[in-house]
Amino acid sequence: MLPAFIVLKQSTIIIITMNILFEFPEFFKINMGKYVESFIKWLVHNYDFFFDAIKEGILWFLLQTRGLFVWIPWFAVIIIVLILGWKLINWKSGVTFAGLLLIIGAMGLWDEMMLTLSVVLVAVVIACLIGIPLGILIAYNSRLEAMVKPVLDAMQTMPCFVYLIPAIMLFGLGSVPAVFATVIYSTPPAIRLSNLAIKGVSKEMVEAGNAFGSTKWQILTKIELPQAFPTIMMGINQTTMMAMSMVVISSMIGAKGLGLNVLLAINRIDIAMGFEAGISIVFLAITIDRITQAIANKYKYPK
Amino acid sequence: MSEKIVVKKLTKIFGKRPKEMLKRLVKNQSKNQIFKETGHTVGVSRASFSVNKGEIFVIMGLSGSGKSTLIRCLNMLNKPTAGDIYVDGENIVKYNRQQLREFRQKKATMVFQGFGLFNHRTVIENVEYGLEVRGMDKKERHKIAKETIDSVGLNGWEDKYITELSGGMQQRVGLARALANNPDILLMDEPFSALDPLIRRDMQLELLDIQDKLKKTIVFITHDVNEAFKLGDRVGVMKDAEIVQIGVPEDILNNPSNAYIEDFVRDIDRSKVLQAKHIMFKPGALATKKHGLKVAIKEMETNGISSVFVVDEKRRLQGIITIDGAIEGIKNNKSMLDILKHDYHTTNEETYVQELIPKAIETKYPIAVVNEDNKLVGIIVRVSVLSGLV
Repeated sequence: MLPAFIVLKQSTIIIITMNILFEFPEFFKINMGKYVESFIKWLVHNYDFFFDAIKEGILWFLLQTRGLFVWIPWFAVIIIVLILGWKLINWKSGVTFAGLLLIIGAMGLWDEMMLTLSVVLVAVVIACLIGIPLGILIAYNSRLEAMVKPVLDAMQTMPCFVYLIPAIMLFGLGSVPAVFATVIYSTPPAIRLSNLAIKGVSKEMVEAGNAFGSTKWQILTKIELPQAFPTIMMGINQTTMMAMSMVVISSMIGAKGLGLNVLLAINRIDIAMGFEAGISIVFLAITIDRITQAIANKYKYPK
Repeated sequence: MSEKIVVKKLTKIFGKRPKEMLKRLVKNQSKNQIFKETGHTVGVSRASFSVNKGEIFVIMGLSGSGKSTLIRCLNMLNKPTAGDIYVDGENIVKYNRQQLREFRQKKATMVFQGFGLFNHRTVIENVEYGLEVRGMDKKERHKIAKETIDSVGLNGWEDKYITELSGGMQQRVGLARALANNPDILLMDEPFSALDPLIRRDMQLELLDIQDKLKKTIVFITHDVNEAFKLGDRVGVMKDAEIVQIGVPEDILNNPSNAYIEDFVRDIDRSKVLQAKHIMFKPGALATKKHGLKVAIKEMETNGISSVFVVDEKRRLQGIITIDGAIEGIKNNKSMLDILKHDYHTTNEETYVQELIPKAIETKYPIAVVNEDNKLVGIIVRVSVLSGLV
């Protein structure tokens, strides 16, 4: 070793050290992206039957929902929203919500709205079916919680466009990958708030349940779930809002509806079209948000 | 009296390695020392006691003395680190999950300090909870719940939600929920501590009333000495996870086993604990009708008193004569019956000193203590009533 150093000129040694200090060394390199890519490719290659089954399932669900939404006459939707708003909050809110939807219709975007709604609804239902039980499960199991929490953080901080790539690879173009990407993006709040809801149930109530000889299942269904319901409902509300915010992004991979109009407007630099589609998304989001929040509040028990 | 609950060397230690701490307890290390050196909290340390069938056993202690931990061991909400708990001869520490559930459903129910009521359920739904988890059908449990609600005086409130009720009423629901299961044992963890004083007194009386009728075995936790002595047939005093004295209230009051208990009972209102029988004297001087006035005067002279109670041959109380009256009577040649006075107060042995105070202030004679056959069993002089207060 020593002779080798002597042979090297002093200046070369300095340059090498400088390089290591100021530039990240090239020999220390991990191809994370490549690994993930090959993992996804491997999934597609070996488990395409599995993803095909999921695809068929989601597609069937989506078509049924869409069929229902297209079939419902427009005035029926407006009347339902009017009554919901009136009964859950007050008549002013009912009228406001009905008015907002009416404006969307008047801008000629009724069908687009219903398409958007069907994608959002399907995504939210799937997200809740996964998220709520998982949230309850990790409330009971702190080790599992420690594993799930960082994954949730990653799911929420990862830019949502990134989900589009594997979604396309696994499910191709169209509404199904859009639903898939939306589910991934919008599940975390359902998990987090269900977890929080179960943990927030008064210790003394659970203790009372135990003191009267309840089974674990009885404590869950008779005490914890009713107590947790308002918070879980808030989770559903949050999930719905997250799904709404994915509408435009998911239209990039072929979801039809209001998002597609926004996308087209961007391409054509069409201010009028962009504004109409944009404001429609806002109106729809406000209506859904207020109604789901009102349901959550209705079941809040005074402490 | 048969023993319902027998607790033997019960220990509960909280922490990561509770079993290892047992050795330290055997070496008589204190609770504080163990906590400082190992971070383990000794909740209950080698507690042994038994509770008789049908009695109210009160465990009294300051907060942090381990009394709540102890009562939670009695239905295994806290799993004991060591020791045994026998209920009707069965060691419940050895119970499996199913047996334990059955024990909690049928044998021992609990009333909580913070009530522990379900605010998503109505009053009647709360009361029938214990029956519901037991799998009783709706009609039957509704009927039982309704009767129990009536028995705690909440008639008409069945369909209200818990939050619509005042604190006192909420704890009545808590009590009804515990009673609806018809358990042998009631575990009451500071049930009245969260209530204001007037309501607390009502609830205490109500509990005594219910106990008179139902004769449950009750383990009652409190930090309030007055409450402990008022309700308890026997009282156990806890300090630093240990039971330091067990006895009937008067015993603990009159012979506190150490300075801690002395301190504890110092601010107690003695007049609420002591009864007539604790402060009365055996009647030393008595007059009888057949002996006549002269003997009566002699009695008073030798005992240095100014009045004497008169009894018949079966010691039944007839009246009182004063020294003035007796001398007057001899002068005017009257019989004993003529000068007999009746404006004295009588009481029975069980009366609390508190109730005697107004009588003692008003009367000029001693108070006569009689039993149900009107037999004179004791005499209370005014000074013992009034000095009992200090």
